[in-house]
Amino acid sequence: MKKYTYTEKKDTRSGFGAGLHEAGKKNENVVALCADLVGSLKMDAFIKDFPERFTQVGIAEANMIGIAAGMTINGKIPFTGTFANFSTGRVYDQIRQSVAYSNKNVKICASHAGLTLGEDGATHQILEDIGLMKMLPGMVVINPCDYNQTKAATMAIAEYEGPVYLRFGRPVIPVFTDPDQKFEIGKAWMVNEGTDVTIIATGHMVWKAIEAGEQLAELGIDAEIINIHTIKPLDDEAILKSVKKTGCVVTCEEHNKFGGLGESVARLLTTELPTPQEFVATNDTFGESGTPDQLMSKYGLDAVNIVEAVKKVIGRKKA
Amino acid sequence: MKHTIKELEDIASQIRRDIVRMVHGCQSGHPGASLGCADFFTALYFEVLNHKTDFTMEGVGEDLFFLSNGHISPVWYSTLAHAGYFDKSELATFRKLDSRLQGHPTTHEHLPGIRIASGSLGQGLSVAIGAALAKKLNGDQSHIFALLGDGELQEGQNWEAAMFAPFNKVDHLIASVDYNGQQIDGPTSKVLALDDLQAKFEAFGWHVINTDGNDMQAIVEGLHYAKTLTGKGKPILNLMSTQMGAGVDYMVGSHKWHGTAPNDEQLASALAQLPETLGDY
Repeated sequence: MKKYTYTEKKDTRSGFGAGLHEAGKKNENVVALCADLVGSLKMDAFIKDFPERFTQVGIAEANMIGIAAGMTINGKIPFTGTFANFSTGRVYDQIRQSVAYSNKNVKICASHAGLTLGEDGATHQILEDIGLMKMLPGMVVINPCDYNQTKAATMAIAEYEGPVYLRFGRPVIPVFTDPDQKFEIGKAWMVNEGTDVTIIATGHMVWKAIEAGEQLAELGIDAEIINIHTIKPLDDEAILKSVKKTGCVVTCEEHNKFGGLGESVARLLTTELPTPQEFVATNDTFGESGTPDQLMSKYGLDAVNIVEAVKKVIGRKKA
Repeated sequence: MKHTIKELEDIASQIRRDIVRMVHGCQSGHPGASLGCADFFTALYFEVLNHKTDFTMEGVGEDLFFLSNGHISPVWYSTLAHAGYFDKSELATFRKLDSRLQGHPTTHEHLPGIRIASGSLGQGLSVAIGAALAKKLNGDQSHIFALLGDGELQEGQNWEAAMFAPFNKVDHLIASVDYNGQQIDGPTSKVLALDDLQAKFEAFGWHVINTDGNDMQAIVEGLHYAKTLTGKGKPILNLMSTQMGAGVDYMVGSHKWHGTAPNDEQLASALAQLPETLGDY
């Protein structure tokens, strides 16, 4: 198992803030909009340097999406910022008609996704957003795994023409990816090569998958770990190549098992290469108040859950 | 004036013929408010709007128009065709398979003149505001026009937008409301009353003007006047009274013609009332 270490923990939303600032420096058409959550979205640096390119819309997310769509018509590249719940479910029809169907170059940037939002509870902890967004034709869906990857992804989507959903989170987590990485939309990252099982993880679950990989190594199980940061378009080739080798797969995501990364992988495998698969994901449930760690544990999203799923799926492999 | 009032009225007559023929041709669509807005569209595209028919999405240096109540697509399509955006023969494909003239307007089929999809109501004002903000950032002093249905104002997003625009001094924006007082289930006064729209928008900080949307002289003058009000810190709202079905006697003023197609006999009756002035498609 390749050794991953970290010297600091940071939140992915700060990676977004840093990436937005960089994208703003590189391209004067990058503009930002926020629905009264500037601090939470870490947009301060962008606003300080480019005040005229920032629009505060107030607590009016539908209007924010519409304004962003309108701004693209004159060549702007709008990044909208609010919590994942208010970035998707609250404004689904606005995104569907004014952004996706109209093919507008809007970047919907969503913080506080999943359970790790913590104490605010289920009203704010969306676990359905990946499903909502990936069902929209033409929508790119990205869920990066740490500060550095989120920063790189934010800069990359500024250069991509078309609607994007970028999902990130609130808690501080290990920073373990390359600070100078080049982010390629739709390209999987091989975290660790292995032979016994393919673990496919996205977002906060990637570090958990690495922890699980270390525990599995101690048990003599050689896990291949793949980071799928781009859930749509899915890197079919990387997944099929890995699964051909390992013969079983565990998908890991901080999202409902209905509609998430796991289902995208299952759809691919069932048509191309039927393979035993286990899902580490929330099980058709809402969240609740608690600390992020407590919630990840209670809802089965810890390294130990990945280890258990791997044991189970290896047992299901054909002899 | 680029045209006389008589010339504009003739154009509107042809657009009205096209509307009833298009809706009859596919036996679906929304003739009522399309007819009611024929004079507005004529005034806008043939007299007021600074635009090029050599269409680009960005429309740099051009006035832009956004239709929020997308179901009145027939009037927009006919206007665009006669203004020169595409050949009028294409009007025959309205709502038919593989057409660029979808039931509700969309950019998806790349029809020249359309910059955003609409149909799901309540979204157009926000989009128009966005376009206005971007023009401002680009130093482009052009105007942004939008048309909203009155029933559509029951959608909450409009009021988010209505609050935003004056506060942010979006003052190159002229939004018109097609105030025909009708919606699918009946008069707006019975479904969910809009009451004093002028007072409501003024309370939000808009400069409100009133026009008669079925009097060509009045609507041309009203839109020109609206332009003179721009750049003064406030968005402009043109509260435009119209009659649903205007120009076709049996459709006038009734919500029943919101989304109903005429039969052969009704078509003949309508066309007899609407002189063919520019040649049918």
